[in-house]
Amino acid sequence: MRKCSLANSQLLFDKIAENMPLYIPVDLEKGRVAYKQYQSGMKMSDALKTDRSAKDFFFPQTENLMEFKTEGKSIEIIDTRSEAQDFVVFGVRACDVKSLEVLDKVFLAEPVDSYYKNRREHGVIVSMACTRPTETCFCSTFGIDASAPAGDIECYKTEDAFYFDAKTEKGKALLSKLDCVTEDCGDEQVKAQKEQIKKVLDKLPLKDLKADEFGADKTDKFFNSPEWKTLSESCLGCGTCTFVCPTCQCYDIKDFKTNKGVQRFRCWDSCMYSDFTKMSAGQPRLTQMERFRQRFMHKLVYFPTNNDGMFSCVGCGRCVAKCPISMNIVKVMKTLGGKNND
Amino acid sequence: MTDVKEPLIPTVCVITDVRQDTPDVKTFRVLTVDGKKPFIHKPGQCAMLSMPGVGEALFSITSSPTNTEYVEFSIKKCGCVTSWLHAAEVGQQITVRGPYGNGFPVETEFKGQDMLFIAGGIGLAPVRSVINYVRDNRANYGKVDIVYGSRSKDDLVFYKEIIDEWEKDPSINVHLTIDREQEGWDGHVGFVPSYVKELGFEPNKTAVLCGPPIMIKFTLQGLGELGFNKEQVYTTLELRMKCGIGKCGRCNVGSKYVCKDGPVFRMDQLDALPDEY
Amino acid sequence: MQKITRETLIEKAKSLLADGTVTRVLGWKKGDFSYDVTPAIFTSVEQMQNDFVYSEFSGANFSKYLIKETKKEDGKVLVFLKPCDTYSFNQLLTEHRFDREKVYAVGIPCEGMLDENKIKKAVGDGILSVCCDGDAVKVETLYDGVKQLNKGDVLSERCLNCKSKKHVAYDELLGEDGEVIDSNRFDEVEKLEKMTADERFAFWQNELSRCIRCNACRDVCPACTCEKCVFDNPNSGVENKSPANSFEEKMFHIIRAFHVAGRCTDCGECSRVCPQQIPLHLLNRKFIKDINAFYGDYQAGAEVGSRAPLVNYTKEDLEPSEAVNREDK
Repeated sequence: MRKCSLANSQLLFDKIAENMPLYIPVDLEKGRVAYKQYQSGMKMSDALKTDRSAKDFFFPQTENLMEFKTEGKSIEIIDTRSEAQDFVVFGVRACDVKSLEVLDKVFLAEPVDSYYKNRREHGVIVSMACTRPTETCFCSTFGIDASAPAGDIECYKTEDAFYFDAKTEKGKALLSKLDCVTEDCGDEQVKAQKEQIKKVLDKLPLKDLKADEFGADKTDKFFNSPEWKTLSESCLGCGTCTFVCPTCQCYDIKDFKTNKGVQRFRCWDSCMYSDFTKMSAGQPRLTQMERFRQRFMHKLVYFPTNNDGMFSCVGCGRCVAKCPISMNIVKVMKTLGGKNND
Repeated sequence: MTDVKEPLIPTVCVITDVRQDTPDVKTFRVLTVDGKKPFIHKPGQCAMLSMPGVGEALFSITSSPTNTEYVEFSIKKCGCVTSWLHAAEVGQQITVRGPYGNGFPVETEFKGQDMLFIAGGIGLAPVRSVINYVRDNRANYGKVDIVYGSRSKDDLVFYKEIIDEWEKDPSINVHLTIDREQEGWDGHVGFVPSYVKELGFEPNKTAVLCGPPIMIKFTLQGLGELGFNKEQVYTTLELRMKCGIGKCGRCNVGSKYVCKDGPVFRMDQLDALPDEY
Repeated sequence: MQKITRETLIEKAKSLLADGTVTRVLGWKKGDFSYDVTPAIFTSVEQMQNDFVYSEFSGANFSKYLIKETKKEDGKVLVFLKPCDTYSFNQLLTEHRFDREKVYAVGIPCEGMLDENKIKKAVGDGILSVCCDGDAVKVETLYDGVKQLNKGDVLSERCLNCKSKKHVAYDELLGEDGEVIDSNRFDEVEKLEKMTADERFAFWQNELSRCIRCNACRDVCPACTCEKCVFDNPNSGVENKSPANSFEEKMFHIIRAFHVAGRCTDCGECSRVCPQQIPLHLLNRKFIKDINAFYGDYQAGAEVGSRAPLVNYTKEDLEPSEAVNREDK
């Protein structure tokens, strides 16, 4: 384990940024927090969560897939892909680290999505343990340990220092480049912080939320539940929950005519949108109830069915905080999850 | 990076033949620019066709894999991409990626079976691929019956092929029907589901069913009455798709992705899925 | 003056449900925290006693829900309307968007709604409960005990600049009606007007570049009631789920502001729901301010059936050139 005194944090960030782009969470106006590319002197936010998750680095809101040139009856395809540059995302919380594992299951499954894989291979995740989880947090529901945030380098921030523990080859490679600003250290401080975090986690209002009732092969148990109607009753059909969600990954592919040709791009899409499944021949999910149900069934049942029980919710709580009508997966689980979640 | 195969990047192909099958269905023959088949597929699989700037859409491959020269797509004009294709001429380039999906189990479950093909309207497009595959490997399959219906005689897709080839093939029985009486039609008149019941097939066959949802629903009922089990009936689903590779999320039904785990499902498998297709 | 509380509203609902005036109640349902209140339909007093809440987080404007509710063949629905909600209610009636006969509207007073983002910014993480006592807001936190805030500091923007405490529509009113307020709601717009074009462009570029195109602003907006929005319609030529470039990024919001111009009542729901905290209400207020300046004061929704200046021609209407050149004057 290596440590870096907080007094040297600027040196640390400068050193990382010397090698590759570094993104750190930064406080903005109105309490907003976002990842920004580090410029010397920039101060890292201590906020628990960025408004948008680290998903954006690997699966951005829009990305160019390819370009076309057309002339007469001919088409030329231009492969616009290029090798991504190595980059570091610093301060990723345990839930968001786990969300990348969820996204990997989709994008790295055959046939591999090369756009995602490219960024994933070049991105180094420096995580951050959560000393002050908030009331909307429920990562432990999904077996995530906020005191062991993982990532390529697992990081703890105490009152006076960062503590680093490289977990992967990528992490080791980065940490070895930081020898001049870090020093070897014992793990007493980290152990103490882990204990403190565990105590805090026990006080969280959503600590008793259980996912046991959900999981693989439970479609029949929940699909026809009458509760979906009341749960979805006031859903606006907007995409807020999907877009702030670190694991939602549905996308659309669109063509955009530029003055040079056609750009084919991919953008986030949402199962909450009425046109998501609409065809000229019909619409399998007729009302918002079906669309609402799809999102939660996918996270709590369908995804686990296909991925050895792994849920595609990490309990980050962004949807809880951001939904315009305050309907969210916690309320869905409490309503459908039987006596376990009363 | 660019040497990594990206499934979303298509290949440029060219339309080498366009055939007007019905007033709103055309069949397109597609080859690579150097005149080869764009891919090797299984009957029942689909591929993404696109015109940059217009859009990309998934179509079933209607030619049989046994055709060594080209692939064909029979496309009904109903949306943006299909309208554009209907206006396209021979020599027009398009982009192609695929094939996608599971296809019919022609080399496993279907082998040695008596086959009953039931299709309505454009639903014959994917079924034609299997029928011709079976005809080209005739010794591997038992008796073959085809029940095909459409709104009118003019709406029977592949009419020429049906008359000139299938009906003349002594090893298969073709049963055509149209919805309403029409001048110049002396064949059967009536809807497909009731015709199937009328024909009263022995329930020892493997059935392949494809057509509009309402036809599927009632034909399935009819087959049940004839003693068919759901394990003997296969169909192919059509949902909105964008990626074709099980990632974009929109063809998700229960834990299945129609583009990847389908589009061919056995009826008992379909019954196990939530009713959202 | 009678203090209108949650219990008052439940009592009112109880009698209206009991005498058959209404079959159900559109109200706010409590959540896991003080602030996560959800619009819901209540069909019994028991349900209301368990879950109904009327608090400083009951901000959701129910008027738009009446479109869906009045399509149900199920008698009248009771709706509680805060003063600002009644303007949207009238505007929707003006646009023939719901069946007035199927609604029993109860006007309720509003002391101003709180902005949870402001509270979070003020007290940090771990908000266990929030309660209002006059001008004091007591926040119980996980880490720092109880923190006390001034209500004025955490009031939502639209309430800080409240335009009216007067109910412009109701079947019945609980408590006393207030007055239209001479608010400072155009101050922010004036600041923007005083910027140079480049500064203003930079301001909106910064704000709108954060947009994630979740459509929450549109979907919550009582003026956005098209059955098929152009931005969702593949045949419109402008359908998009996400901007392909920075032009499209702005286009969505600017087109939307144009489309609701003259119909926007300034209810502020767009800014309330924006997950990216984009001050969308400023676009709409600019239109309101300009309409007031060009055609005389006009408040959308103040009465049912009024013809908005933009859809009403008079010979005295100013010429387009006058509007374009207004800054020279």
